[in-house]
Amino acid sequence: MDRCLNNRENAKALAARIAKDAGVDLQDCYQCGKCSGGCPMAGDMDLMPRQIIQYMRLGLMGDVLRSKSIWLCAACHTCVDRCPHDINLPGLIEGARMEAKRRGMIGVKEVDKFTDIFLENVKMFGKNQEVVLEGLYNVTTGHLMQDMVNVPHMLKHKIVGPELNTTKQAAEVKELMLRAQAAENERKRGEQ
Amino acid sequence: MQFSYYPGCSMDTTGITYKLSIEYICSKIGLVLHEIPDWNCCGATAAHSKNKMLALALPARNLAQAEEEGLDLDVAVPCASCYSRMKHTVVAARQDENMRRKLEEIIGMPYKAKADVLNFLEIFSRPEMKRACQEKMYRTLKGMKVACYYGCLTSRPVEVTGASSTENPMEMDEIVALTGAEPVEWDFKTECCGASHQVDAPKAARPLIERIIRNAKANKAQAIITACPLCNLNLDMREGEINKAKGTRYDLPVYQFTELLAVCMGAGAKDIGIHKHFFPAFDLLNEYLRKAGD
Ligand code: SF4
Ligand code: SF4
Repeated sequence: MDRCLNNRENAKALAARIAKDAGVDLQDCYQCGKCSGGCPMAGDMDLMPRQIIQYMRLGLMGDVLRSKSIWLCAACHTCVDRCPHDINLPGLIEGARMEAKRRGMIGVKEVDKFTDIFLENVKMFGKNQEVVLEGLYNVTTGHLMQDMVNVPHMLKHKIVGPELNTTKQAAEVKELMLRAQAAENERKRGEQ
Repeated sequence: MQFSYYPGCSMDTTGITYKLSIEYICSKIGLVLHEIPDWNCCGATAAHSKNKMLALALPARNLAQAEEEGLDLDVAVPCASCYSRMKHTVVAARQDENMRRKLEEIIGMPYKAKADVLNFLEIFSRPEMKRACQEKMYRTLKGMKVACYYGCLTSRPVEVTGASSTENPMEMDEIVALTGAEPVEWDFKTECCGASHQVDAPKAARPLIERIIRNAKANKAQAIITACPLCNLNLDMREGEINKAKGTRYDLPVYQFTELLAVCMGAGAKDIGIHKHFFPAFDLLNEYLRKAGD
């Protein structure tokens, strides 16, 4: 794990950076727990949404970045919708997830793989190809048989087929993605 | 009525019944959808969980193409997730001139953020659309009890969607009531279906589906109605799996709201792909159409 996270001051600075990017003042949280109460994924989380904020406040970033929770969040926005202070928790989680990924701390590898394959697909074809996505996902995660029971129905009713449906100027989309990556890097540098 | 149209990646595959039923309705009521010529993926959850600029730029290329067409129309988006991503881009570009210019640079095209992005609930809620639909409906599903499921992204986050209610929206209930079906009151209208976590974190996400179905059933619904290809797929495909794995006997077909409208305008099962559902969807519709004397 990243050593800088063991230094409380560094970790607090990291938390502040993530919070700023999400437009959140960490001190606004009342610790009322409404976010955790309504979170559909809370049942499988190792840090409750309310705790994520409190840990960030305390500078316990190692625990936050190591957690499964930041990968399990479905970005459903129920928490922020119900929060008495409109705290953008999914924004914090998203920021934490990007930091975790940068440090190679992947709490739920399947979620990370799915996202990467999805974007690779878009980079290559301009559109997402469900068949390619599912196939590559199963192969790369080792869950070879996952959802295979549904394939015969999909083929029989032509819900999916072998032909690809791509953006004609897929190369343009690829260029766009490279420029977006550069812009994102620049944006991040500006924040530090 | 006319719109620019962004179908999104799943409309030709897992969203096929949504697509077919929308096309059927268009042909009946003279709604014209101009598909954006060479659209690309909106980025979905994947882009915004990795890279903010990418999440805004992918939709911007589509919106800019719609502008380039010069039709000056708002953009209609059937998928709740695509809708959310596209609308995020419009809002970000309108709020921040620097961001708009940055997006133009990234996509290499002018983008003025003039057009609004609308989901199909917003479109079908317009009085003139309701009137047009009503005029073309000659069959009824009178008495069929349905739970209208909105999911997350047509209502949240509210700064983006401008939704009237995030806990108890009524737009779909009102549209579906045009068919004679009776929307029930229930508690899971805007609970999350788990989206892609049904694939990449199935153990954690499967209970979300079961809770939605269980609550609909407990409130006496006979079917669940959706307005999104992914919400629909998640419920429709997993219901039978849940029954098998847990020995439950859930029996609710899951329709797109446009399927009900199309059926009442005379669509046959083949026209809109009722047989393509994972969970058997034909018998319930047939039963109610017959009851009404069809
Ligand atoms: S609902 Fe808002 S204020 Fe309450 S604990 Fe959660 S983030 Fe803090
Ligand atoms: S956005 Fe994430 S943390 Fe918030 S309620 Fe939804 S799943 Fe839970």
